[in-house]
Amino acid sequence: MALKIDDLRIRLDDFSLKANCAFEAGKVTALIGASGAGKSTFLSALAGFVDCDGGDIRWNGARIQGLPPARRPLATLFQDNNLFPHLTIAQNVGLALGPRLRPLSKDRGPIANALDRVGLAGFDARKPAQLSGGQQSRAALARVLLQDRPIVLLDEPFAALGPGLKRDMLALLRDVILSPERVVIMVTHDPEDARYIADDIAVVADGRVMPPAPVADVLDNPSDDIKLYLGLH
Amino acid sequence: MAQRAGAVIVPRWPGAIVIALVLLLTVGTLIAVLTRADTFGGLGSADRAAISFTLLQAVLSAAISVIAAIPVARALSRRRFRGRSILITLLGAPFILPVVVAVMGLLAVFGRNGLLNDALTMIGAGRVSIYGLAGVVLAHVFFNLPLAVRMILQGWQSIPAERFRLAAALDAPVFSLLERPMLRAVLPGAFASIFLICLTSFAVALILGGGPKATTVELAIYQAIRFDFALDRAAFLAAIQFAMSLVAAGIAWFLAVPDASGAGLDRMARRWDGASIFSRLSDGLAIVVAAAFLIVPLVLVVLRGIGGLGDVPVQIWPAIVRSVLVAVVSTSLTILAAVALSVRGGRGVVVASALPLAASSLVVGTGLFIMVQPILNPAKIALPVTAMMNALMALPFALRIMEPAVTKAERDFGRLSTSLGIVGWARVRMVILPRIRGSLGFAAGLAAALSMGDLGVIALFATSDQQTLPLLMYQLMGSYRTDAASGAALILLGLSLGAFWICDKWGRHGAEN
Amino acid sequence: MKYSTLPLVAGLSFIATGAIADTLTVYTYDGFNSDWGPGPQIEANFEAECGCDLEFVGAGDGAAVLSRLRLEGDNTDADIVLGLDTNLTAAAAETGLFAASGVSGEYDLPIDWTDETFVPFDWGYFAFVAGKDVAAPANFRELADSDLSIVIQDPRSSTPGLGLVMWIEAAYGDDAASIWADLADNIVTVTPGWSEAYGLFLEGEADAVLSYTTSPAYHLIAEEDDTKTSWTFDEGHYMQVEVAGKIAGTDVPELADQFMAFIATEGFQSVIPLTNWMYPVVTPAEGLPAGFETLSTPETALLFSAEDAAAKAPLAIDAWRNALAQ
Repeated sequence: MALKIDDLRIRLDDFSLKANCAFEAGKVTALIGASGAGKSTFLSALAGFVDCDGGDIRWNGARIQGLPPARRPLATLFQDNNLFPHLTIAQNVGLALGPRLRPLSKDRGPIANALDRVGLAGFDARKPAQLSGGQQSRAALARVLLQDRPIVLLDEPFAALGPGLKRDMLALLRDVILSPERVVIMVTHDPEDARYIADDIAVVADGRVMPPAPVADVLDNPSDDIKLYLGLH
Repeated sequence: MAQRAGAVIVPRWPGAIVIALVLLLTVGTLIAVLTRADTFGGLGSADRAAISFTLLQAVLSAAISVIAAIPVARALSRRRFRGRSILITLLGAPFILPVVVAVMGLLAVFGRNGLLNDALTMIGAGRVSIYGLAGVVLAHVFFNLPLAVRMILQGWQSIPAERFRLAAALDAPVFSLLERPMLRAVLPGAFASIFLICLTSFAVALILGGGPKATTVELAIYQAIRFDFALDRAAFLAAIQFAMSLVAAGIAWFLAVPDASGAGLDRMARRWDGASIFSRLSDGLAIVVAAAFLIVPLVLVVLRGIGGLGDVPVQIWPAIVRSVLVAVVSTSLTILAAVALSVRGGRGVVVASALPLAASSLVVGTGLFIMVQPILNPAKIALPVTAMMNALMALPFALRIMEPAVTKAERDFGRLSTSLGIVGWARVRMVILPRIRGSLGFAAGLAAALSMGDLGVIALFATSDQQTLPLLMYQLMGSYRTDAASGAALILLGLSLGAFWICDKWGRHGAEN
Repeated sequence: MKYSTLPLVAGLSFIATGAIADTLTVYTYDGFNSDWGPGPQIEANFEAECGCDLEFVGAGDGAAVLSRLRLEGDNTDADIVLGLDTNLTAAAAETGLFAASGVSGEYDLPIDWTDETFVPFDWGYFAFVAGKDVAAPANFRELADSDLSIVIQDPRSSTPGLGLVMWIEAAYGDDAASIWADLADNIVTVTPGWSEAYGLFLEGEADAVLSYTTSPAYHLIAEEDDTKTSWTFDEGHYMQVEVAGKIAGTDVPELADQFMAFIATEGFQSVIPLTNWMYPVVTPAEGLPAGFETLSTPETALLFSAEDAAAKAPLAIDAWRNALAQ
């Protein structure tokens, strides 16, 4: 099972990006690149928020390019605003099962279960503002867990957390989200994060998304682009 | 921008219906009036004089309101004192006052027998008369200074606290570094908004104008319809009023109108400048003078009204019920329309936020009457028509408040909602409405208060047993019962402010999330 | 918008009105039909005689009533229009909507009434109302030469305002413009209607206000306040005669005729003095109410015929505007 990107082209004003690569299930792939290289744009294109000028996105051979975001087999964690402040944690997580604020009775168990998995049992009735930053990230992860989509995209959702908390989240991500049937792609600007959690790294540079390669290969034998990014000369 | 591409994310047809309705009620009524004109003549010299006086007073009113608002907004933005938030709320009161009530309050201060002349006489100075251009401008500043203060205060508070910190750290001049660029961005929009409001002013010029030289275009329209029955001239003047307003609105749109929603007005950036005695004194003076200018007339209205409460006839009760009903219906219509338009976005918002301000309410009323009358008795729909008219007139203000909030909600939560499949009506219900609750409450309060105090077109449609509170107040004034009218004015004032307070309170409650 | 429901509503109201007794619809100005105006009592008195339903429809002031009638044209629901004055009757007659009244009577008016279309129902003299403590000028020239301040109404939006312009025109003719020029510095402000002007006067914004000789009667009788009076001018006082007319296309012609005849009777006239604060056109059997005898009564009554008024009004208004726009 894999997410295949064939000859994808994105053009936004004076910025353009090309991608020709595949992401395999059962792996966490880190997208690394300089600021403005197009990491977030690439993720937005996969999620359906940015229109592509050409090329194809396929999941297991089925074309998902052109589908509205909610119909694509993926779940996204954004940089911020992953929870609706006016809804309770249970309502926020429950949105994974459909656009309704009152969970169906059959959904109650799975919602509680997801909260339990991320360590937020009993937090159902709280509003996001009553939670710490780390707890908010856990709640967002619970929703992704409950969405149960084969592709999970993370656009630096833990960037605002301190290093210790961030590590905890990444570990939790690997623990509860990653599965042999799931592709996980996360944007990061910290090579240490990549080393800590990712299996592969895909470098975004020069208007291109390079095919993923094992973390060790990329970081230990860096290409010129990576050297530049890492500040190695 | 690409965010809205692809699937239908929010329903767009309700916004289209609202735009069609706004066009029907503004441009459509103008055409209806034209169809009934028997003659087609040009404008007389009096009409041309009215046009130039209208422009003159609108320019002066807007300029003075904006200039006077700068020191007040500056003082409010950098001073922390007890009652600051109550003062900011109270400063908004004149804007939602029924015009006649406000004029009576102003006369109690600035009139021949007012406090000012009493004081001048006491110190042996001559009396001053406010009738004429000065009076018209004074009243317009009274109504619009609060709006200008709010808009400019918003500008000040949009400067991030870090910048002030940086300026303090560098010991850089705050004015030229931070404040002047902000004012340059905010002032043109504030000026244009107030200019637009003053352009169609009617009752103020009627009472304080002093004579035929102070005739505004709206007054000329009134005279053309009521006395000369010159529908062609009325329609022509209304078209000119449209043209002037649209030019002003176009300029305002071009210069981007600031958000006057009042959201976050309680938040204060810590400031390091303005610690000198001089700036403390000048800030204090600006706040005290503005508060006195805006609040003393209100207090006098209240004092006079209390004496007249005992004379108010029992018909006040059904009139109150009708006014409240009309306000509830028209506020609901305003909010529905504003939500539909904000969600739709695009050029329709510009049209709907300018056209009703530019329309002559008398031409709208007359045009509606012409459209409705062949089908059914206008008296039977007087109250619904009044509610609809009031909703139309409040729409520009509601839109200006709610549209930025909707845009922000979409910017913050649009992608998350879309990715979760929350689209269409669910998007409006589950995401947008809860996110804009604060602005919605503020807009609803404004719409309710404006509706409560507005005479609207009821006079053209209603029979006497359908009086709303403002109409009853006029009728009391028209039959020697001045004391009772003052009592009714006080009740009207209380209802307007109360309606505003309830809605605004509802919006603030729970908006902190 | 509401169009889909309109035919339904219209149909229902048709059924509703068809089911009960004949309705006589009378358009009038708001004040006439307010709860403290003559409307309710006159309605009760007439309905006791006619076994019908009398419905007053208030529509702004006299000029607004005429505007509304013109907007409605032949479609009008009105059977009677009540509350125009002699400055408006020429324009009203020109619409062709009115039928001859068929009523002739002896009226207690200072002038002869010859109009065959319109029937007078009350009248008064325009006058400046002031406090008794203010020295009263004897005429317009004295007023203009004095430091006294006055509030007047705009002749383009108010019947008393127009009345004043016609008054000066009738008293001074070619010299009217110079009177206006001299009066300009006495005029505090010009209001759109009577109520704003009178309100300003009661607030102390001016020494006097253009109103009626009968205005002090309200303060005396209803408020027991005898401090108000009206100035009597030696050039005479212009009159306001308020009239009613029958709509030619009425669907209840007998009822309309009955009402037109009713106007000059006790049931209508006795209500007028203490509700409309004007003189009745036929003095009631028990005379005018106590207090009316204290009112000043001008020696000379001035009034243009409807045709003269219509012909002179535009020029007189221009003279007024030019004088005050300086």
